[in-house]
Amino acid sequence: MPTQNTRRNFLLHAPVALGAIALALDTSRLLAESATTIPSSALLEPGFVNAQLQRSHAAPWKILQVGFHSMFDQKHIRGAIYAGPASQPDGLALLRQTVSSWPRTQAILLYCGCCPWTHCPNIAPAWDQLQSMHFSAVKVLRIENNFGADWAAKGYPVA
Amino acid sequence: MREPAQSGRRNLLHALTAGVFLCACPSTFARTSSIAVHSSAPDFTRPSITNHAPVHLRAFRGKVVLLNFWASWCGPCLAEIPQLVIWQNRYRDQGLQILGISMDDSSRAALEWVHKLSINYPVVMSDPRLSLLYGGILGLPVSFLVDRAGVVQRRYDGSIADSHTEQELVRLLRESSAKPWA
Repeated sequence: MPTQNTRRNFLLHAPVALGAIALALDTSRLLAESATTIPSSALLEPGFVNAQLQRSHAAPWKILQVGFHSMFDQKHIRGAIYAGPASQPDGLALLRQTVSSWPRTQAILLYCGCCPWTHCPNIAPAWDQLQSMHFSAVKVLRIENNFGADWAAKGYPVA
Repeated sequence: MREPAQSGRRNLLHALTAGVFLCACPSTFARTSSIAVHSSAPDFTRPSITNHAPVHLRAFRGKVVLLNFWASWCGPCLAEIPQLVIWQNRYRDQGLQILGISMDDSSRAALEWVHKLSINYPVVMSDPRLSLLYGGILGLPVSFLVDRAGVVQRRYDGSIADSHTEQELVRLLRESSAKPWA
């Protein structure tokens, strides 16, 4: 009977479909707060930042890595401070603690590079956090693919 | 004969994977790097995050091994894992062994996704030493395709759940010579 078949198919496929939707939603949670929400006026390209670092004796910004420790431990921008993954409560807390005593006019450069730019879970929350703390001179390093490809592999300064 | 329901389920999974990937994969991924390619895959032993049993890379000698570095915080990583699960099922009997290496700072989050995604291959935690052995993992996902002789044939920076990677994998599986690992 077509009706029975339809009902059987629905009963068989519905749990799989619901599971698939749940998985997709769960995965999209990681993509929800996108780096694309950061205004373009705040973004700096790796080549420009590297040039600035080469030119000046002291870095023009305090550089904060707001990604994961497993990445920072391997390589990071020379002089960068580990400030924790801003997608996680502990990470945000470390970021707040790191900058809490700094003047709100302090020039800061945020970067992560754990994932492709549009999928980075950390950079937008870090930006939002510093905005909410009224830091007025925050810039963000726009890393298109990842830190390895767009910074380290280009021979830019790492430690 | 495959059951229609089974086929439907599989098609749905394929569609989901393809759909997620159409959204998740920018075309700008750098796909290659010369680091560690055409040299012996560095050996390591790490405990499985599911049962703590030691996982030795050398134990997979004679198989084609796909090492997949991933993390729970990496959207594109999570999006490609369902395809890896399919490949592990599809090519297990032909000698494919996928091994997940989590870059999470702790195993708890990784373990959660192992269950959520029904990962059907061993997963271990990375550490800076292991990452450096493989040329540095400074962005995710990163995968290595290792042939039956234990030689790294490809490093992929970016997502791999596509037909091109599957073709490369199948090509290696067809190479039947199982030379001992160096």
